[in-house]
Amino acid sequence: MSQEGILKVENLTKYYPVEKGFLEKMLARTKHFVRAVDGVSFTVQKGEIFTLAGESGCGKTTTGKMIVRLISPTGGKIFFKGVEITALENEALRILKRRLQIIFQDPYASFNPRMKIGDAVGHPLEIHGIAYHEDKRKMVMEMLDRVGLTPAEKFLGLYPHQMSGGQRQRAAIARSLILQPEFIVADEPVSMIDVSLRSAIIDLMLNLRKDFGLTYLFITHDLAIAKYISDRIAIMYLGKIVELGDKQTIFSNPMHPYTQALLAAIPIPVPERKRKVSGLVGDVPSAINIPSGCRFHTRCRYAEKACEEKEPELIPVSPGHYVACLTEH
Amino acid sequence: MSTELPLVTVDALTVEYWTRRGKLRAVDDVSFSLGKAETLGVVGESGSGKSTLGLSLIGLVPFPGRVTKGRVVLEGTEVLKMRKDDLRNLRGTKICYVFQDPMTSLNPVKKIGAHFVELIRTHQPKVTKKEALERAKKLLSDVGIQPERINDYPHQLSGGMRQRIMIALAIALSPRMVIADEPTTALDVIVQAKILDLLNTLRDAYGMALILITHDLSIVMERSNRTIVMYAGQMVEYAPSKEIYSNSQHPYSKGLLKSIPNIELADQKLEAIPGSPPDLLNLPIGCHFFPRCSYAFERCKKEVPPLFKSGSEHFVRCFLYDEERKA
Repeated sequence: MSQEGILKVENLTKYYPVEKGFLEKMLARTKHFVRAVDGVSFTVQKGEIFTLAGESGCGKTTTGKMIVRLISPTGGKIFFKGVEITALENEALRILKRRLQIIFQDPYASFNPRMKIGDAVGHPLEIHGIAYHEDKRKMVMEMLDRVGLTPAEKFLGLYPHQMSGGQRQRAAIARSLILQPEFIVADEPVSMIDVSLRSAIIDLMLNLRKDFGLTYLFITHDLAIAKYISDRIAIMYLGKIVELGDKQTIFSNPMHPYTQALLAAIPIPVPERKRKVSGLVGDVPSAINIPSGCRFHTRCRYAEKACEEKEPELIPVSPGHYVACLTEH
Repeated sequence: MSTELPLVTVDALTVEYWTRRGKLRAVDDVSFSLGKAETLGVVGESGSGKSTLGLSLIGLVPFPGRVTKGRVVLEGTEVLKMRKDDLRNLRGTKICYVFQDPMTSLNPVKKIGAHFVELIRTHQPKVTKKEALERAKKLLSDVGIQPERINDYPHQLSGGMRQRIMIALAIALSPRMVIADEPTTALDVIVQAKILDLLNTLRDAYGMALILITHDLSIVMERSNRTIVMYAGQMVEYAPSKEIYSNSQHPYSKGLLKSIPNIELADQKLEAIPGSPPDLLNLPIGCHFFPRCSYAFERCKKEVPPLFKSGSEHFVRCFLYDEERKA
């Protein structure tokens, strides 16, 4: 395992300009931005499952989409196997995408309703000029078989609406694997799937990692799932990573007050169990007006004067465990 | 369970939809009762009939559905036989509903205060607008929102705040029962914990009964006194939540419990239930669950199991229990 890792993200940012009316545009002196991702850095090692977790609006999906180059970053750099891919274009980008694939949350929306599953799963092969006709059909059947859509002949000719949610997500996984990528961004792959089928999809993803030597960037709001699947977890809040560590550390020794609040809020499936109330006040602030200093200080019960002024860096507190917090609580 | 008369009794409730492809039974023979300050959790996957069950309790089954059998008795009154006007009155004052999506349940062109004024004055015409607004402020502070917010429009509030407003509206007229259908599914986990705490506090303060409908078994286990597990329109298990947790009897409930992660357990192994839920228009003959059940035997493929009583308050729809009893 190299120090560099398979994927390295350095100070990645994505700002979206806030649209205004004509008059306001003429009068306003400053332009406002939604700082969706605001300086994120991390390294993913080959073969691991690295999870970005956080609440809606924390920038986890935007980060994932930037990594597979579906949207362009405002600033920062992305390295894939030591090569900078931040500014790749055209042919070079197309070749990169063979190795870097994404699975989306909604298996209903990510398939063309008028395309048969066999064609949809095989489509990337044609786009990238890898296989056509009989060869393509053979590769698609193999892949469908591999993700548990058996008998493959039957699923080749089905339309997306003729399949269940779980089957569609399996097809989406097949489609993302057909180009034999090395790195998969999985954006909430099970959150729209019925509870009784979720663990089957997760187990499938775990098995495929072994068989294909995959590395996953897993994006989720569900920390219980994150704990089940990940090797390392990064907790995001308002566009920044506030804590990063391997999953045992994050769950047994959470250091950042936000991580602590997040963990305390997870329902535990045990009756009559009284859990501690989280001391978090208010709602997540808007990403247009991010609080000064530590962006969490407005809701933090440990906040001190310094937190309002100085922005904390993500610093190591023990090997492999990074926390962005100024206080010692 | 308390010894006094239950607040609500539901008896053999059945709801059917007449669709173009045929008739389907969304709720099939559901019975339960609920006392004051009690929480009943209704858990099931999409299409299990849990939302239709909730709506049918207040006579709001959407077209083309209809309650075809069964009774809902609230404090001695049979709800489904009431006249339309009485039913409408009952909905605001005795039974209230909190919907899943706080984004679409408020009128975007009306201020928060106006929602309260309309609700209160519809049911109590003698209350003046000023009095209604005063009550609205009190209710907002009860649910943890600054009273000045009555002058805001819905879009000025966050999702969590909007759901609090929905809850404040639901309890505005001190109902006897609140039905909350996936009240926190659209919300983040920290907000979810707060909203569920709020519902609990209000339930105890007002002595309301609470029906919590959700797909999330963790929430039901943690928050409800008793639990109904729904599968393909049927109640497959009904028992105190403690019983379901420690001694679940239906193979489906057992499977569900094994498929949810618990962050307090180290190295947990999750198990999935094979197959997927059936199409309600094309149900298997026999037990609705048998194609996915690892315990299924001959009888399960031929007959639909009735509800067996397997403990003083424990009911299960499974032939395994019948066999055990005979043996």
